[in-house]
Amino acid sequence: MDIFLQQIINGLVQGSIYALVALGYTMVYGIMGLINFAHGEVVMIGTLVTITVAGSLIKAGMPVAVAGLAGLMAAVLVCMALGWALERVAYRPLRNAPRLTPLITAIGMSIVLQNLAMMIWGRNYMTFPSLLPKMDFEFAGANFTLIQIIIVLVSAATMGGLLLLVYRTKLGMAMRATAQNPAVASLMGVNINRVIAAAFVIGSALGAVAGVMVGTYYEIAHYQMGFMLGLKAFTAAVLGGIGNLAGAMLGGILLGIIEALGAGYIGDLTGGFLGSHYQDIFAFVVLIVVLMFKPSGLFGEKTGDRA
Amino acid sequence: MLEVTGLHVAYGGIQAVRSITFHVNEGETVALIGANGAGKTSTLKAISRVLDAVGGDVHFCGEDITRIAPHHIIRKGIALVPEGRGVFPRLTVLENLHMGAYIHNAAVDVEKDLKMVYGYFPRLKEREGQLAGTLSGGEQQMLAIGRALMSRPKMLLLDEPSMGLAPIMVQKIFEVVRAVAADGMTILLIEQNARLALQSSQRGYVMESGEITLNGESAMLLDDPKVRAAYLGE
Ligand SMILES: Nc1ncnc2c1ncn2[C@@H]1O[C@H](COP(=O)(O)OP(=O)(O)OP(=O)(O)O)[C@@H](O)[C@H]1O
Ligand SMILES: [Mg+2]
Repeated sequence: MDIFLQQIINGLVQGSIYALVALGYTMVYGIMGLINFAHGEVVMIGTLVTITVAGSLIKAGMPVAVAGLAGLMAAVLVCMALGWALERVAYRPLRNAPRLTPLITAIGMSIVLQNLAMMIWGRNYMTFPSLLPKMDFEFAGANFTLIQIIIVLVSAATMGGLLLLVYRTKLGMAMRATAQNPAVASLMGVNINRVIAAAFVIGSALGAVAGVMVGTYYEIAHYQMGFMLGLKAFTAAVLGGIGNLAGAMLGGILLGIIEALGAGYIGDLTGGFLGSHYQDIFAFVVLIVVLMFKPSGLFGEKTGDRA
Repeated sequence: MLEVTGLHVAYGGIQAVRSITFHVNEGETVALIGANGAGKTSTLKAISRVLDAVGGDVHFCGEDITRIAPHHIIRKGIALVPEGRGVFPRLTVLENLHMGAYIHNAAVDVEKDLKMVYGYFPRLKEREGQLAGTLSGGEQQMLAIGRALMSRPKMLLLDEPSMGLAPIMVQKIFEVVRAVAADGMTILLIEQNARLALQSSQRGYVMESGEITLNGESAMLLDDPKVRAAYLGE
């Protein structure tokens, strides 16, 4: 029983990270039907920028809290700029191209960003600075850390902020209208280019926050880390119904929990044949099962709210 | 107020509109009638910049608007009620109306405009919180017109407001269109229901295969034997 609760907690933490990244996929897809496969790399760059900024500030003698916040801010700003540039340079010229073209471009951009990161930060694993005090808690036989609590709280607050933006502001209304009918939204005076750019920029900011969380959680980073994280977050978005905000949030958390439970029990299930390092297969089993039986995902009906 | 000169619209090799010229004066309601595929919608799309015209130009209040950005058309004072209504299905009625007022910021004035629209269409007030996609066709048409009015336009372009509606609903919609016109609005009205369009307008143009073949006072067109034979089913 305690391993069950333990894995639920671990899954919830990992899931909140997936959810934040999945939102970046789903916002862009909802508004322009594009799967931005370079989004995982945006997250990776968020992590690496934080290492550089927070790491050097700490070395220069700044308090860790200040350095951490500065690192987070830098990551958010760099990723927002990167999201904006991706849309402007790579995707906007292909707005009217056949659907396959921007998709291939997205894969290309993902490779470009990985190589760029490798040139800047090198090929080696990097240590992420400790930004939060290490504290452990126990509850009903399960352990969790302060870092885990903060990841879940920050993720929840960020998602709440996103929902407010999308459902309570004029920009959010314009984004939803554009997702539903871009030609008519433009007749209402909405500058479609700006709204699409906003979806990229906001999604990238969420990705940066997720990138800082990943670094804080695993304390290690690498220029290829965005690939698997991106694929899993994409799976989470598909699981929830791609294009749907609530779907991405729920899909992320569900995927995190499925993965954690899978990793916790896979040894027992296979009589010790497969170990917990096989946990990655669960995400892809989920992806295949969803695509086979409910490709529209949990919330992906035509009536679902897209943004 | 609106001057269209030599407007030409094509989809690849298909010539939808072949060099048409017409105008609408301030305060007038002008009907543009014609059979399916005559090029009426294409004309409106080119004026409202949903489509690029291949040739010709469009002037509005003396200004050349042939090549301005699509999202600036409404800022010039032109509001299109598109064919098939084009409401945002997963926004509420109220949100749709607020989208109509997207170019305005002063909340007080938007509230006033909302009252004006609800005055024309009390039904919309009752359905304020409902998703637009769940409205009946007639209600969606009301919403599309109300949404256009929310931008405080100088001119309304209506693309087949009667399409797919029961006669009673058509009557209701046209009552409001006439009321809006009586309150001083300039209107370009596209219709397949030629009788209704000509009865609701001062002047009319008849379009056939992308060209304007007849024009004149609406009352005169209603009596024209060619129009009667081709469009009034007599
Ligand atoms: N997107 C498009 N691609 C290719 N051809 C088109 C397109 N839209 C319209 N056409 C063609 O252009 C011509 C004019 O169409 P348009 O929609 O302007 O006619 P309409 O007068 O509005 O007809 P209706 O009364 O049926 O709405 C038609 O022959 C139509 O087939
Ligand atoms: Mg038409």
